[in-house]
Parts: sequence; structure tokens; C-alpha cells
Amino acid sequence: MTASATVPAIDWFTSGATPALLGRRCGACGTYHFPPTAAWCANPACRSDRLETVELARRGTVWSYTDARYQPPPPYQPPSGEHVPFAIAAVRLEREGLIILGQVASGYGVDDLSVGTTVEVVTEVLERVEGVDRTVWKWRPVAPLGGGGA
Amino acid sequence: MSNGVAVLGVGMHPWGKWGRPFVEYGVAAANAALDDAGVAWQDIDFVVGGETVRNGYAGYVAGSTMARALGWNGARVATCYAACASGASAIEAARTRILAGLSDVALVVGADTTPKGFLAPNSGERWDDPDWLRFKLIGATNPAFFGLYARRRIDAFGASCEDFAAVKAKNSLHGLANPNARYRKAVSAEEVLASPVVADPLRLLDICATSDGAAAVVLASDRVARRHTTRPVTIRSVSTVTPRFPNVALDLPDIATDSAAAVAPPETGFRPSIAAAAYEEAGLGPGDLDVAEVYDLSTALELDWYEDIGLCAPGEAEKLLRDGATSLGGRIPVNPSGGLACFGEAVPAQAIAQVCEITWQLRGQAPGRQVEGAAVGLTINQGLFGHGSCVVVSA
Ligand SMILES: [Zn+2]
Repeated sequence: MTASATVPAIDWFTSGATPALLGRRCGACGTYHFPPTAAWCANPACRSDRLETVELARRGTVWSYTDARYQPPPPYQPPSGEHVPFAIAAVRLEREGLIILGQVASGYGVDDLSVGTTVEVVTEVLERVEGVDRTVWKWRPVAPLGGGGA
Repeated sequence: MSNGVAVLGVGMHPWGKWGRPFVEYGVAAANAALDDAGVAWQDIDFVVGGETVRNGYAGYVAGSTMARALGWNGARVATCYAACASGASAIEAARTRILAGLSDVALVVGADTTPKGFLAPNSGERWDDPDWLRFKLIGATNPAFFGLYARRRIDAFGASCEDFAAVKAKNSLHGLANPNARYRKAVSAEEVLASPVVADPLRLLDICATSDGAAAVVLASDRVARRHTTRPVTIRSVSTVTPRFPNVALDLPDIATDSAAAVAPPETGFRPSIAAAAYEEAGLGPGDLDVAEVYDLSTALELDWYEDIGLCAPGEAEKLLRDGATSLGGRIPVNPSGGLACFGEAVPAQAIAQVCEITWQLRGQAPGRQVEGAAVGLTINQGLFGHGSCVVVSA
């Protein structure tokens, strides 16, 4: 048995057992940035270019959530080829003062979420390109399935 | 008003799904506005187009497209792209040129032909385009963002899906007699609640459609306006403000907000700041309003706007709605035109259409939907990528 190749679809997060989103933190004022493509600080009173790439908190709380009952238009492609409704959460990271959007891990729906639910970053397959699974970050409720909101 | 700019003429091409080139709609709206103003096209010295930029279909609208279609007349030209706020930016370009004394009479046009279904990003592999990436990585459509905002109202303020449905029912009645509206049919709250969920908690009838349509206004200096009318409708202010850092509301189409780790969020968030700037410039406040046209991309979003334009305190929009204050005949009717619920969105035309409606209201020319005695009106919306859009108009 050979493990299929897996790579992040975009270099905005780390892989492995405990994946984390990557952000950029300003060395001058402490402002965080996501996605980690910022070249200078977004704080208009700072504007430093001394930004360092850092791992963001793996856990946050749900700021709001919704779902996609219908298949979104391209470039979105359902990973299995067929649309399965999925949930989307906007998650607040306390220390970073950021709200970051992501799909909710497969198997979870809006009934598993409330505003304030604790979730953590996981990775799942976004698409398979030439035999390579390309992954994306998702938010997964920390409470076990069927365990209700956190 | 010493520094007023008059709305001398307004006109629209009816909203619908006509499937014809946007230029046809734009010319029809422009001709209607010129006729309404009693101004000849040859006398227009500045033409501004609201532009839609979407690849894959005929959606390139520019001032010069309209100038050419109307017959080159040598007018100066500009084109504004500010997503849903394009029309307000175009109006502001014309207004400021008139206020500066550089133009006497200007034509502002927005027109669009829209594709079916969800608004989609540009095609191709666009890994540095945040609008493309939110579809590619997350499948986050515009309705998904509306769903997030609606859920916040339920959680924070105890709103219900019945409240959202009541917004649609109200607007559907407002639009019944509007000849430019695409949907002129009463819709009950029960029908909304029976329609399929698109983006929880929002249903199909909570979310506005996309439409073809066009709107135009003729703006003029006081001096020119006095030659045409004794009772001009005046633009008192236009707000095209951007957010202040850190913007901690997740705005379409962003994947993340600004960080509030180092700097506390401003006291006034982006949406309320759009109206605040317009009120300040006009020297007016929410208590002065008789009528408002707000951007009801979703039913729940109309409730957000009640609070953002100061009609009530945060959390009180549902009560304002339930009390009938925002219905025709109420204290402060909102969306007497029927709003986007009855029009569907024609992006570069919509903010101009809002100003057309307020102008008709202030002139007493809105049969079947007239707000009696309306003297001050406000239009508001928010364009993607940080574009404020608010116009205050007075009789
Ligand atoms: Zn900084």
C-alpha cells in the first residue's frame, strides 16, 4: 500500500497531524495578517515591512456560520464530483483578533454549530490533480459528533 | 442651497431578464432622464458611466460606450468601478465636477446585462485574486456571506426567519405598482418560508436575483437648474467612504478580517460610518429622513441597514419592522420602490436607480407607492472591496 501524495492547495497552512493556518505578524506593532501574503503592515499608523510568518492559533470560536445547499459556480469543484451540501464558518481567533472563513469539516452541518462553538483547524482534500490530493483548511468542532455545541 | 447640485432628470429602463445588450438599456434610461430634465444630449458637458467588470459575458459598461451610443458630442467622460457602489461613485464624480464649477450639466448612466445564477468570479486560474480564491478554496458565494450576517442577527438580536420573510412580504407590496420593477407580485411570508434554503438561514425568496436594467440621472448646477425648474431636487451629500482600520466585520468577498490585535476597532463600524459621513456632510440626521432606499441583497440585510442608518438602535430593527414603521404609511418607509426584492440587482445601475426612486418620491411622482409629503430621502449600499455608497437628497 502506498500513501497517495498530499500537498496543500495553497501555502497558507501547515500540514501533518496538527495543521495550523499561517499568518504574518508585524514586528513593529504586533498586527496579524491572513492570508500570509501581506508584504507590509495593514495598520495605517505603522506600515512597517518587518513581517514574519507565524502559525496562528489552531482553535477559535465561531463568529457566524451558514451552508451551501446548492453547488457553487466554478472555480469551486465538489471534491467527490457530486455536490454534497457543506457548512461554512467564520471563526474568530482571540489572540490574533482575526475572523477567518473556511468550510466546516465534512460530516458536520449547521446543526452542529452555534455562535461561540469552539472549532479547530483540520485539513481535507479540496481536489485531486494528476493523482495528487490537494488539501485545504477546514474548521472542525472540538466536541465529538453528536455531542452538540461546545 | 448655495452648494447644491440639482437632480434635473431621472430615467430607467425597466428591470428584467431581457437578454439584450446593456447599451440598449443604457440609452433608453439616458434618453428618459434627458427628456425628464428637458435637456438636449448636445448640452451635456460631462458623461459618467458606472462600470461592471465581469468576464465571460457582455458586461463592459463605460462612459464612452454610452457617449458613443448616444452620438459623440464632445463631452468629457469618466468611468467608475466600485462594484455595487459604482453608481454612487459615478454620481459623485459628476457632482464634484459641477461643484468645482467645471461642468454645468452632466449625465450619469449605469446599465447591465447579467448572467443566470450565482454571480461568479472571473474565469481562469487566479491564485492571487481573493474573489476567485473564496470560490476556489471555500465555495463561498455571495449568499453564503448574506447567510453569515443573517445568522448573526438571529444569535445576537433574537431575529427569526419569520422576520426576514416579513421584509420580503413588505417590499413585494411596495413594488406592486412600480412600472420599472421586475417582480410585481405580492409574496406572503408563508411563501418565503416555504421556499428552499439556499444559505442557512436564508431561503431562495430571502435573496435578491440578478437582473438586466439601466438607470440614469441628469445633474446640473443651481444656475442651470433654475432655468428648468422652480423646485429642483437637490443632492445634499454623497458618501463614498472606505473602512477604517481595523475593519473587524467580515466583508464580501474577503476570506479574513483585519486584525484587532494591536489597534482597537473604531467605535463606528464600516457600514454605519457610510451613513454617518453622509449625514455630517448634509448637516442632517436620521430624524430628518422621510424615506430611504437601502440595499436589500437579502431580507436580513435590510434589517442591518435600519440600524446602520440610525433609524433605530442595534437590535431594534425587527421591532421597527413589526411595528410597520418601515412600510408605506409608516413613520419612515424603507424601499418604497420594492427594493432589490422587486428589482433584482443590476450592479452598475442599482445605486443610480435608488437615487431615481428618491427623486420621484420627493417630487410626488411615485403613484401607488408615494410617501406622502416626503422632503428628505437617503440611499445606501456597500460595494465589494470597501466601497461606501450613500446619497442624501432633499426637495
Ligand atoms: Zn505594524
